[in-house]
Amino acid sequence: MVEWNKRHLLDVEELTKEEIQQVLDTAKSFKEVSSRDVKKVPALRGKTVVMLFFEPSTRTRTSFELAAKRLSADTINIAVSSSSMSKGETILDTARNVEAMNVDAIVVRHGSSGVPQILANNLKSSIINAGDGCRSHPTQALLDMFTIKEKLGKLEGIKVGIVGDIMHSRVARSNVVGLTKMGVEVTVCGPSTLIPFGIEKLGAKVCYSVEEVIKRSDVLMLLRIQKERQKENYFPSIREYAMEFGVNAERLKKGKKELLIMHPGPMNRGIEISSDVADGPQSLILEQVTNGVAVRMAVLYLALGAKE
Amino acid sequence: MMLLIKNAKIVNSDGIDDRIKDILIQDGKIVKIGENLKSDGADIIDAKGKFVSPGFIDLHAHFRQPGQEYKETIETGSAAAAKGGFTSVFCMPNTKPPIDNIALVDFIIREGKRVGLVNVYPVGAITKGQQDEELTDMFEMRRAGCLMLSDDGKSVHNSHLMRMALQYSQMVGILISEHCEDPLLSKTGVVNEGYFSTLLGMKGDPAVSETTIISRDIELAHYLDCRIHFAHVSTKRSVELIRRAKTDGVKVSAEACPHHFSLTEKEIRSFNTNLKVKPPLRSEEDVAEIKRGLKDGTIDCIATDHAPHSQEEKELDFDQAPSGMIGLETAFGLGITELVDAKILTLPQLIDKMSASPAKITGLSAKGKIAEGMDADLTVFDSEAPWQVKAAGFASKSKNSPFIGKTLKGLVLATICGGNVVYNVE
Ligand SMILES: [Zn+2]
Repeated sequence: MVEWNKRHLLDVEELTKEEIQQVLDTAKSFKEVSSRDVKKVPALRGKTVVMLFFEPSTRTRTSFELAAKRLSADTINIAVSSSSMSKGETILDTARNVEAMNVDAIVVRHGSSGVPQILANNLKSSIINAGDGCRSHPTQALLDMFTIKEKLGKLEGIKVGIVGDIMHSRVARSNVVGLTKMGVEVTVCGPSTLIPFGIEKLGAKVCYSVEEVIKRSDVLMLLRIQKERQKENYFPSIREYAMEFGVNAERLKKGKKELLIMHPGPMNRGIEISSDVADGPQSLILEQVTNGVAVRMAVLYLALGAKE
Repeated sequence: MMLLIKNAKIVNSDGIDDRIKDILIQDGKIVKIGENLKSDGADIIDAKGKFVSPGFIDLHAHFRQPGQEYKETIETGSAAAAKGGFTSVFCMPNTKPPIDNIALVDFIIREGKRVGLVNVYPVGAITKGQQDEELTDMFEMRRAGCLMLSDDGKSVHNSHLMRMALQYSQMVGILISEHCEDPLLSKTGVVNEGYFSTLLGMKGDPAVSETTIISRDIELAHYLDCRIHFAHVSTKRSVELIRRAKTDGVKVSAEACPHHFSLTEKEIRSFNTNLKVKPPLRSEEDVAEIKRGLKDGTIDCIATDHAPHSQEEKELDFDQAPSGMIGLETAFGLGITELVDAKILTLPQLIDKMSASPAKITGLSAKGKIAEGMDADLTVFDSEAPWQVKAAGFASKSKNSPFIGKTLKGLVLATICGGNVVYNVE
């Protein structure tokens, strides 16, 4: 294995195919740790990892926290509401304050694209992006790749369909970039108003028929549809969205029997995904959660051990 | 008081004088231009080997006073203008409160005179409080010295109100400058909508937000046979629409900003919030068309949209940081580097875009040209000298420039306004 030389994880775009492979391989051995009776290794003993969340996200934060703890790192959670920002403190003020406490890594979630990059430009700690704006959610994309590879044995040549609000989804963007890099054929699907300009240039195909996508895919990734998008007139109604783009057991019959279903959560049951699909035999949704911890362990381990 | 500029290579919008000449200035006016002029008791500036042009005129700057003096004041803004070679600056009215009445117009003019560096012209608001509801008292503001109106920061979105504003302002004899942006299309966009907004997951502000307002205003100006000026034109399609309007005889004029001919949306990859600006940085094709528009005369002039913001404000994230960058002190360097060196414009054409043309648009008939009888507003510069943009070098109170660290060609050496030396590099 080559020596890891990236202190930060800001975006999947900056990772080479080999580096993605290395994260997935490392995660595989950490997944084994999580299945032991004593789920802990001393890899990051004495290191401090801070979860700096400007946007609430119980799932991602808990997953990172568990990952850090299983590596024996000390962890701290800092939830910053956007209101303290409006009181005149800049993001850099907040981050500099955190860093002044001699921390080793900052796991950051922020509603505005580029914030992890801004922190990385100005701080000495490792910055791990736990989701920024509509831009990037690299650990989600990595855990999705891990899950697909674990199930299907490979990524090259696999066909993945991503259905939902592609425009406002950092998960979709990171997966389009990451999966295509690994040789996956990605098709995005959703209302035309929620497909961003130039997504084809990122390597994705576009299709407006969810049934077409079901027919041609090995894996179907469903995204949460935010109800406020309807208020902004991106589509006429949640009802029509569910009818045109929602996936239920009936619709799944159009696809391969072994078609796999993924969802980054949290789900809107009955809208983008019906309960019989979410809880059905083809669903990998809970495995994604399990694998998330292993992948985040791998990311923290590699970044904090990086040689520059 | 007399001033004699010796050995000047005079450059006007119509060309470079083929002889080296002296310029004699008395009581704020150019009284004589000739070879080997002598004048007892005059202060002397030796411009040997340097160009002397009419002082630059900026139709679009934000001096932030009153209300946001922590970003800029008329005093610091004037110093930045003088350092950039500008002798006249039009200050946009989106201050706090907005410049929408005679008292504020009067305050800006008085404060500009008290500072006494450059000519400061207040731009009045088109609508009261820039609220897009009622027209301002245009006659009164015109009489107080206001030459231009704008609701800059936003467009007049109510089309009926815009029609009334154009018709009424024509009678008053005051020019309307429109900030072209449909707020419902731009929404919360922070960068140009396109491949880069998708790649970086940033909220897109589509080009069509600018062009729908330009199209509407061209139609209004055509229908009413009124003049209109378009501020900070940034898209290819905007240039094409304005070109067509001019061919059709519609009385439109337009300005472009240095950052819109020097930078593309690609730069946003760095997430440097100093690159956040309205209208946003656009694509390579847009930049190429802005240059073509400057070359063929579709775009009449260069304006800076000098928009100072404090470091604290620019240290916010890209969504929350305010839009705008300072521009007075880099405009000329960018003009030489990006336009003259790149053979888009000749030096006299650049002087036209930065002085003669904005003077003509605003009716400043004694400015924009070096000739006997004209105002003694002059800029002395070296068109070849390279210099590095440094944060510490700015006279502006704010340092929000994305050009910090870049090397530009074309350095202002001295600025003379109303016969007084208001900036001297030494
Ligand atoms: Zn504007």
